[in-house]
Amino acid sequence: MREMNAVAAIAARDLLKFIRDPGRLVAAVVFPFAMIFLLGGTLQLNLGRSVGFNFIGFTFTGFLGMTLFQSTAQGLTSLMDDRQNDFAQELFVSPVSRYSIVFGKILGETMVAVAQVMPMVVFAAILRVPLTPTTIGLLVPVALLSCFMGGAFGLLLLNTMSDARASNQIFNFVFLPQYFLAGLISPINILPWYLEALSLISPMRYVIDLTRGVVFSGSPDYSRVVLTSPATNVAVLALMFAVFMVTGTTLFVRRETNR
Amino acid sequence: MPVIEVRDLVKRYRKGKVNAVDGVSFDVEPGQFFALLGPNGAGKSTTVAILTTTLSPTAGTVSICGHDVVREAAAVRRQVGIIFQNPSLDMNLTGEENVRFHAILYHLHPYRPLYRTMPAAYRQQLRELADVVGLGAEVFKPVKRLSGGMRRKLEIIRGLMHHPRVLFLDEPTSGLDTASRRSLWQYISELRRRHDITILLTTHQLNEAEEADEVCILDHGRIVALGTPHQVKAQLVRERLLVDAEDRAALRRRLAELKVPFSEDGAFKVELDERTAYEVVRAIDLPLTLLKTESPTLEEAYLKILEAGDA
Repeated sequence: MREMNAVAAIAARDLLKFIRDPGRLVAAVVFPFAMIFLLGGTLQLNLGRSVGFNFIGFTFTGFLGMTLFQSTAQGLTSLMDDRQNDFAQELFVSPVSRYSIVFGKILGETMVAVAQVMPMVVFAAILRVPLTPTTIGLLVPVALLSCFMGGAFGLLLLNTMSDARASNQIFNFVFLPQYFLAGLISPINILPWYLEALSLISPMRYVIDLTRGVVFSGSPDYSRVVLTSPATNVAVLALMFAVFMVTGTTLFVRRETNR
Repeated sequence: MPVIEVRDLVKRYRKGKVNAVDGVSFDVEPGQFFALLGPNGAGKSTTVAILTTTLSPTAGTVSICGHDVVREAAAVRRQVGIIFQNPSLDMNLTGEENVRFHAILYHLHPYRPLYRTMPAAYRQQLRELADVVGLGAEVFKPVKRLSGGMRRKLEIIRGLMHHPRVLFLDEPTSGLDTASRRSLWQYISELRRRHDITILLTTHQLNEAEEADEVCILDHGRIVALGTPHQVKAQLVRERLLVDAEDRAALRRRLAELKVPFSEDGAFKVELDERTAYEVVRAIDLPLTLLKTESPTLEEAYLKILEAGDA
């Protein structure tokens, strides 16, 4: 129970920082507007008819999954910021388990990511993406799983970084290819074998595909949009989460004390 | 039983070519004010990092309040409070939010999102400590808006919230102006008197260590002097006698006859090796216009030690 209080305090700190940062709040509204309304809208008009499915829905689900996954992953690098501005000392001399610190950070960044996608869901509803109350209800566990996956992935990446500058470079290197390999805005039903292999090891692919599986469930577009069944996506994500979390936390704890 | 026991402590960083700490051993008794001195790179902060469990030792053992820092790190962390060399406050939070975060991390109180919903015991303790360090209602302001001195006071409040038995002060006055530095030391003395806690200080400011019960001077990761400030000074710097007379030539002759080492720097500066001031004055047996003893400072002893190390 004591550790849960510490986890709650660590998580709440991240949410509080987000709420108090006007720049991030504005970006949370502007980004989905730009991506779904402008990009999704133009693609729908120009490509929607030829591909034969709702392109705004396709773009929305892509950005929803990507934002949940990437925001949490990048949020974990705030541990790096804490180390650079010396706040990490306060965390690491406290009698809280290192595992609780990591879990608290993931939970906090999950709350931030979920808060960030709320305007996106509102925009999607305005643009008539088929979102029933059941779909939104099902998106909640999907969002949590996507964020936890992002957090575990971010934790693993954190161990490869020495400072904030390195983290930006590594994040660009790791996330940019995944936008294409995971089918963020372009379908990946057909890929050459080598890109298919890379796509299959991209965690973002399963996050986005799971989101699409829920939103397009029962829709005639389902078979053209969704690559794998939601159950398979959940299983792959759960396995990846377990591996990344155990490896990432072990490396992180060792790195913090064995300098 | 010592509250801090350090035995043959060695730390070599992964990319280091030499040991940052090289076979250091010392004890700190309960309630003592212990000062760790040394130039930059002497190994002070590394020693403190190991003592506070944020860094693993390469060799040797350290126990705090009977708990090993490696095997029982969580138990050690509950017993110590730390004022870090660089402020470790979250600038996005208020002072109170920083303290509340600490209180929850140290399992003192359950998590509550607002100050007013925190238990009365927390609110009372915060108010009391804020008054002791003279921060008062400023504690509720965003940390960004607090001055350097106020932030240090806030860190002291935070460091004392969990009633630590040992308080580590790692260069606590760095970056503070003279007035803030003086008031901070007044508060620390007051807290020591009230709470009877053991203090381990690392500092460059030699005058801050003059009040310590024991000082340990580190250089290149090794202990070069250990003892009370008086013992350290006595080992290396003797007391001096300042004398002068109307008949300076006679005084000069007399000092030469007595075979005491002296120098002329305005007045005559006589080094008191094995003789007492009384013995020297009696032996001079001349009417004097100046008679004054001069005690060496810890700074003089410190500089002498470092010079010897460099030589």
